[in-house]
This record gives sequence, C-alpha cells and structure tokens, in this order.
Amino acid sequence: MQPTLFSSVHLTVSQLTFRIRKLLEGDLEMQDVWVEGEISNLAKPNSGHIYFTLKDKNASLKCVMWKPDASRLRINLQDGIAIEAHGRITVYEPQGAYQLAVNLIQPKGEGALYQEFLRLKATLESEGLFDSERKRLIPMLPKKIGIVTSQTGAALRDMLHTLRRRLPLAQVILAPSPVQGVDAPPALVKAIQLLNSQLPDVILLARGGGSIEDLWAFNDERVVRAVADSKAPVICGVGHETDFTLCDFSADLRAPTPTAAAELATQTTVDDLKDLLTSYFSSISSLTLSLLAEQKTFIESVKTRLKYVSPERHIRSEYQHLDELARRAFSALTHRIQLQTSTVNGISKQLQSLNPEGILSRGYAIITRKDDGTLVSKVSQAHGELKVRVSDGEFESTVDRRS
Amino acid sequence: MAKSKVLSKPVEELTYEEALTELEGIVESLEDGQNPLDESLKLFERGQALVTYCGVLLESAQLKVQKLAGDSLVAFEEESE
Repeated sequence: MQPTLFSSVHLTVSQLTFRIRKLLEGDLEMQDVWVEGEISNLAKPNSGHIYFTLKDKNASLKCVMWKPDASRLRINLQDGIAIEAHGRITVYEPQGAYQLAVNLIQPKGEGALYQEFLRLKATLESEGLFDSERKRLIPMLPKKIGIVTSQTGAALRDMLHTLRRRLPLAQVILAPSPVQGVDAPPALVKAIQLLNSQLPDVILLARGGGSIEDLWAFNDERVVRAVADSKAPVICGVGHETDFTLCDFSADLRAPTPTAAAELATQTTVDDLKDLLTSYFSSISSLTLSLLAEQKTFIESVKTRLKYVSPERHIRSEYQHLDELARRAFSALTHRIQLQTSTVNGISKQLQSLNPEGILSRGYAIITRKDDGTLVSKVSQAHGELKVRVSDGEFESTVDRRS
Repeated sequence: MAKSKVLSKPVEELTYEEALTELEGIVESLEDGQNPLDESLKLFERGQALVTYCGVLLESAQLKVQKLAGDSLVAFEEESE
C-alpha cells in the first residue's frame, strides 16, 4: 500500500499509543485473563516488583507483578517453569509496550485440579463427611498403632523414629501402599480396610512432601471415603504444613507432616509414663506413711486412756485421800490443844483473880504495923500499934502482951 | 477389700497395661483408707513392686513393628540407611 500525504488518519505517537491503550484496556476479556506459558527473563529487583516474560513456542508476553501481589506469591518462580498467570493487559506508553499485569500465579495444571478439588470438597462436605461430630478422639495411650504409607519413603522412617522415641511400648502395624500414581487410591483404600481388621487403636495415614500432583491420591474420593469409614480413628499427615488434602478433612485429626502425625498419635510419651509412675509411687508412699502415723497416734491415745483407768492412778488417789485425812486430823488436834490451852489459861486467870478479901470475910484479918506498915505474920513482929484489916474495914489495936 | 484378690498374680506375668491398671487401683484403694493396716501394707508392697516392674518395662521397651502381608502379620525389617 502506498503512503499518501492525505491519509484520513493523522496522529501523534502519543495519540496512537493512547488509542491502542484504550483498545486493549477497554476489552473486558483482556482485563481478566489466564495466560499459560513458561517463565523466562525473570527479574526481582529490590523494589519488590517482579518482571518476567511468559512464552510458548511461537510468542512471548511481557509480564509484571506489582509488589503487593508479589508479596502474596506462594510459589517459587524460576526461569523455565510452566505457570498459569492471571491478570489484565495494560499498555506502558513511554515504551510503547503492552504487558500483562499479573496478580495471581499458579503452577500449570493446578487450576483444573484445584477446580476438581473444590467440587469434590463441596460434594463431600454437603454429605456431612467432614462434620466435626464425626471426629473421634485419638486415644491417649494407644497400644496398637496402624500406619498406611509407602514402605520405602522417608515418611515411614520419620514416623517410626518418632514412635520409637516417644512410645516404644507401642506395637506398630504397617499396611504398605503406594502413595502416588493411578494405583495408589485403590491400594490405599485396601490398606486402610485391611488394617482395620487388626483393630488398631489409631491409624496414621501419611506421605512425605511432594507436588500437588504427587499428593493427589489423597484427594481421591475413594480414599477420602475410606478414611471416613475407618473404624479406628485416622490421623492424616500428608505433605508439608501448607498442603491440604481432602483426607485431611475426612480424617479425625489433621497433622501437618508425617512426623507430627506420629507425635499426635502418642500424646502420652514414655517420659509421661515415667512421671506417672513416680507420682503413683509417691502417692502410695505418702498414703502408707500417713496411715502408719495415724496408727501411731491411735496407739498413743489408747495408751493415754489406759493410763487414765490404771490402778496406779487409783492408788495415787487413795494416797491423796489418806494425806487429806491426816491433814484434817492434825488440824483438828491442833485446834483442840489450842482450845485446852486457852481453858487452862482462863482458869489460872480466874485463880489469880481470887480476892484475899474473900478470905477476910471468912474471919481472917490482915495485920500491919501502924508505924511502918510491916505485915505482921509472926508474933515477934507484933508490938506497938497495929492496923487490923477485916472484911468490911480496919481498926487499930495495941499489943498488950505477946505469948 | 475386694481388691485383695488381684494380689495373686505374680507381677512379672502382667502386661504393662495390666500392671498400670492394678497400680491405679492400689492408689485408689489406699486413698480410700478403708483397709486394715496389714492389708494396706501389703497393698503398698505390691504397689512398690508394680512401680519397679513398670519402670523396667519402660526402660527396656523396644518398638515392635510388623507388616501386614495379606491377612497375616510378619516382622518388618527397616532398611538400613
């Protein structure tokens, strides 16, 4: 086609680029699109944005993932891996380039699988297969622990190691089964059923980490149902912490890893059992000791009561009685003696008070000399004038003659 | 006192679970405090023997691993690293 100076459309670069931008960004399908391809030219500058090119055999597409979306990315991007990217087509006018502004990335093929996962999950959920009322308690101290896993994987080794360390008293029954590939689901179902015939206390259904396709057997409807139908409670430990399978939902308990499943199956460890023994021993020891102490107290009390009723006490009380009597007798005697003494004293006083005047009245007289008052009791003393005292008074007399 | 009949079985013939259950019974019986003294002392001695026995079992326990082969169980040998 020949260029012509009089073309009907005459635009600046900006105007044209703006038209292109309006065209692409105005197309709703371009604004909500999944694009599938391989990553190349991956760049992760410090800004936090991620730049890469998505390409397939015949074409390539510039992609950018802005920091807020990039920080939520849960897979590790690498050149060469196949992904599905979701986003919208934008035009970067300064460079005249269009690009996919990516907000979600998932490994290729995951999308379809994930849709299937959601569909089955919803179906089984509506059946009540995942109801919390269905969940059984994991026994505290299982005697028989069943394991369904691959006979050769690291998962089995990890679980046996954990069980050996935590509860070597337990008996382990392994029902080996392939854990990936088309044969895995029916084999897993059969292993769970066979294991149940051995009446284990708990079953560990486990598999080590892997890609989502590797873990897919544990999203198989047959396996998910077999887990729910198991008579023994099932602990499901498949993949890593971030992996969820439908068996996790139908199991009685979900463990993040096989090792964690083994730990959850042994809530009581050998150390707990040793502690329990120690506490039992201290219980029976202290109970027996206090029983003995009680008996001793009882014997002491019997001894006291015996002492109370013993003749020794009676004899002592008799002694006391005797002593009391003696005391009373002594005090009575003393009292009487005092009484007698005072009587005697009274009599003597009475005697003293006997008046010589009394004698006078009986005709006796008291004669004294008038000159010097000398008592005249002998004839030789009688001379001169005398005073004679009789009962009612005195009179004077003269000595006439002495015989 | 009905518990005294369990004293008959020698400790060594018990499984760990049986021994532990009996031990629990002894603790309860002693806590109850209704036994005559000589009975209690016998319970204590029995309990002591059970504690020792269980301790030995715990120390010497080896995880027993078997594998289902069809309907029967066979010993499972772990591959060495």
